[in-house]
Amino acid sequence: MVAVSQANVIENKENTRKTILSINDLHVWFELKRFGFGHVGYVKAVDGVTFDIHESETIAVVGESGCGKSSLMKTILALYKPTKGKIVFDDKDISELDNKGLHWYHSNVGFVQQDPYGALAPFMTVQRILEEPLIIGGIKNKENRIQRIHKAMEEVKLTPVTDFLDKFPHMLSGGQQQRVVIARAMIMEPKFLVADEPVSMLDASVRVEILKLLSNLQKLHNLSVIYITHDLSTVSYFSERIFVMYAGNLVEKARVRQVLDNPLHPYTMALLTGTSEPDAKNAETFKELPPGEPPSLVHPPTGCRFHPRCSRIIMGLCDVKFPPEFEPEPGQLVACWLYQ
Amino acid sequence: MKENSKLLRIEKLVLYFNSRQGPVQAVDGVDFVLDHNRAVVVLGESGCGKSSLAKAILRLLPRNAGTYSGHIYLDGRDIMPLNEEEFRQNIRWAAISMVPQAAMNALNPVIRVGEQVAEPAIIHLGVDKTEAMVLVKKMFRHVGVPEDFISRYPFELSGGMRQRVAIAMALVTSPILIILDEPTSALDVLTQANIFNVLKRLKKELGISFILITHDIATSSELADDVAVMYAGQIVEVNDAYHFFDKPLHPYSQKLMASVPRLHGDTEPDFITGQPPSLINLPKGCRFAARCPSRYEKCVEDPPMIATDGRKVKCWLYS
Amino acid sequence: MKNLKNSFRALLRYPSAIFGLLILSFLMAVSVYALATIPYSEAVRLWRGGEDVWYKNPQYAAPAWFNFFSSKKEPLSFAVDTADGTMSKTVTSNDPNISTVDISYSFDYKYDGFPDEIILYFKPTIIEKFPFVSVAWITPDGRKIRIADMAVQYNSNFRFSQDVKLQTRLNTENVMQALFADPKAENPTPLKGQYQLVISGTTFEKGSDIAAQFVFQGKLFGLAGTDKYRRDLLLPLLYGTPIALAFGLLAALGTSLLTMIIAAIGTWYGGWVDELIQRITEVNLVLPFLAILIMVGTFYSRSIWLMLGVTILLSIFSGSIKTYRSIFLQSKESSYIEAARAYGASSSRIIFSYLIPRMIPLLIPALVSSVPSFVFLEASLAVLGLGDPVLPTWGKVINDAFGDGALYQGRYYWVLEPAVLLMITGLGFALLGFALDRIFNPRLRDI
Repeated sequence: MVAVSQANVIENKENTRKTILSINDLHVWFELKRFGFGHVGYVKAVDGVTFDIHESETIAVVGESGCGKSSLMKTILALYKPTKGKIVFDDKDISELDNKGLHWYHSNVGFVQQDPYGALAPFMTVQRILEEPLIIGGIKNKENRIQRIHKAMEEVKLTPVTDFLDKFPHMLSGGQQQRVVIARAMIMEPKFLVADEPVSMLDASVRVEILKLLSNLQKLHNLSVIYITHDLSTVSYFSERIFVMYAGNLVEKARVRQVLDNPLHPYTMALLTGTSEPDAKNAETFKELPPGEPPSLVHPPTGCRFHPRCSRIIMGLCDVKFPPEFEPEPGQLVACWLYQ
Repeated sequence: MKENSKLLRIEKLVLYFNSRQGPVQAVDGVDFVLDHNRAVVVLGESGCGKSSLAKAILRLLPRNAGTYSGHIYLDGRDIMPLNEEEFRQNIRWAAISMVPQAAMNALNPVIRVGEQVAEPAIIHLGVDKTEAMVLVKKMFRHVGVPEDFISRYPFELSGGMRQRVAIAMALVTSPILIILDEPTSALDVLTQANIFNVLKRLKKELGISFILITHDIATSSELADDVAVMYAGQIVEVNDAYHFFDKPLHPYSQKLMASVPRLHGDTEPDFITGQPPSLINLPKGCRFAARCPSRYEKCVEDPPMIATDGRKVKCWLYS
Repeated sequence: MKNLKNSFRALLRYPSAIFGLLILSFLMAVSVYALATIPYSEAVRLWRGGEDVWYKNPQYAAPAWFNFFSSKKEPLSFAVDTADGTMSKTVTSNDPNISTVDISYSFDYKYDGFPDEIILYFKPTIIEKFPFVSVAWITPDGRKIRIADMAVQYNSNFRFSQDVKLQTRLNTENVMQALFADPKAENPTPLKGQYQLVISGTTFEKGSDIAAQFVFQGKLFGLAGTDKYRRDLLLPLLYGTPIALAFGLLAALGTSLLTMIIAAIGTWYGGWVDELIQRITEVNLVLPFLAILIMVGTFYSRSIWLMLGVTILLSIFSGSIKTYRSIFLQSKESSYIEAARAYGASSSRIIFSYLIPRMIPLLIPALVSSVPSFVFLEASLAVLGLGDPVLPTWGKVINDAFGDGALYQGRYYWVLEPAVLLMITGLGFALLGFALDRIFNPRLRDI
């Protein structure tokens, strides 16, 4: 396993590596209004998230839909404004950036989306799609732009480049479309990449290809990557650490092998149980799953947000007090009272 | 005689669609057999014709359907010669029902889910509304939807609950076979696992058979007794789940299996280079040949279905 | 570019589109012809001109092609002139001071009706003395009828029907019947054959000359006929085409584009901008559109360009803003727009390069289909008497016909000609619009 062999090296390197993105006590709340006015409450999509990402580090954020991982991602992309808390990129607080600073930030953060077909404007050719960020990024010389388009397309293996330049997205296969999306994310040569479920809409046989491509690009450019996914089975190829998100909080932050081999948070355990591996024996057994569904983000449960579904609940504690982060294993942070 | 005891036997099923460029050979001579209380998984990638296979079995043909031929024996009786009205009354939903793709998003947003689930029962079983509602409650218990949800509207339900409702809708007429088209593809991991728990329980408690159409190999193993792999409109391998998930036969199946990411274990996943052929311009000979690592001269000819100890594979390597 | 070509090729698969395109190219050709041959000022001058411009034409003449559809053939109008040689003239001179001018014109009369009027216009060259002419009429059966003997003054004209002396001489008030009727027939029926007009003139000084114009006003005139003011209706029909097309296209283009841009801006910014646009639209929807136009026309100006402006202004905030908005709301959420925001595209760039281009396929069929309604609107305004007072337009023709009670008088051509053109225009745009809709909206397309 790639990740295993890297883990030890990383551990030693970790302290020496520079922090590229630092998120501190981030809250992203959306106000709920009735009939366009009249405050009703807040959707607490991200509610107190703190983490650091180092240079050339890949992080997987795992969680179910509605856990707030998309809001977290969009806030990092500066598409949403944080309600509270700080996002510091390369030692600069992004909420304090002026217009020029924002341009600098946008060109340093690439974005790979989930649905490749939707992510590409259907009325633009591949060339135009890739040219857009360059034009906006202020590269005035057309030849320079074309050169960079060629380079980016070669990097994502859309070759021969000239065959693809004039194509419209609908003429490409799903895998090719996703390559265009990746080329667009890479075209400004960012330091940081946000990948939102980049393979979940693709066929099984293409998934691995795209994941490998992303992983190669990450190594080639020393990219830091946030890989957002709901599928634990793909994270091991492509991440050093996993953050598990539940109802607006990060409940477990640890290295990939720690999470996959020795999960500590009951929710992480449930996720692992729920993830299938191809095995005929699966059909004979029922899975032990937590009852119920993720809570509403408007009125989340008091105390630990997972406590109503948790089989290992400590009554009088889990349902009352919000758990802080504990570190039962080195490098494995878990927000659960079981490890106090 | 033995063949007639099978629940479903499909022979040379063909469904083409008309298009400007020529016929789309979505289902091109499919054979397979399904026993009582078994689940067969039809595995394939997008565009391989697996959803069309479901439509062909249930005769849910779109407007542009062209050639439609072959035999479908249900409990030994060929249902292909039935006329549309007989088919509607005796087969569709009465004997074979379906959970279509993205069914959870296909519920009518302005009708209470209970009434929507009751609808097939009222039509096919001839029961009145109160009796149907009793049935609906029973089905809701089977699929794990709280009974008081019958008077809710679809938007008040989570995705997982809506999918369960869609399954209840397929179940309410007590069919002997349910076709599931990508039942969990848009759902979260835990919801997926929950739905499969429900399906397993239905199979065990009600003795229903399933045809599960999916592209997701890992989750398909949750229900599979048998696996049929589909590629470019044809079934290329029919195998039992134990053998298939351990050691698939067809090179395409092997490649597919190798591309599945694993939580544990140390094999690097692999991928298949190239694109599947267009269903309009199909290559001669083996349709997978162009992407096959073990291709040889023989592959320019169309391979037959070769049986090796009860498993079938459409590949010259096993001749 | 390639896309456009493909769309055009797809268009040719629809017979209705081909038909529509044929109609539209015909209308375009007419427009180009009209604009090229008649300058704007000339068109206005002719249209506004009275008897001095149109004296040669008969009043209320139906178009010439009426004879194709009628068993009773009515006489066609014509005019001949010695000045351009269409009427022969010979000058003989024996004396240096006195010369004889012989002018004659013979024509074949094969119609079943009587003409309206015959007029002679004399343009003599006079130094001191007026020349003298005697006019005679020779019928096919050889009768020679003396029409007049008179001195020709500077610009004199001679109207056959209105000459009292001639009426007395022929002993009837209906001169035309007397000149053309068969004397043997019981009911007055015209005698068919060669008629001849003979003018013998004498000049009495050196350098004096006579030029004459023979205007024959039949019952039919030209391709389009004439109206009450003897105006050739071909002028407004020809010249009305570019005006109608320009009005329709400009109004359709202006409203669709502006509507779409406003809808896009409102949807993108949301909040109070969107609210404001929505409220303006709702208010505008209940405003009486035609009534406002009539008010503007009555109290302010009837210039067609002002009307165009007001029309566009009132149509911008129309119901289609809501339609566009609903579609923009969807595409606003699409992930390519999210991507554009993530790589730092500005709001204006997103509106104009991402939101609006997506809409063009929807816009084009809607635009084409909305042209006729604006063409009709312009005509309706003219019919209501709010047409541009100086421009010859189709609506104005209908308005004139209406005002003159053309339909009660059986002068259907006067109303039908502009009406048919209006319908053809509508049909052309509608046929093209339907086909475009099918091409650009794949959901409507047959597989």
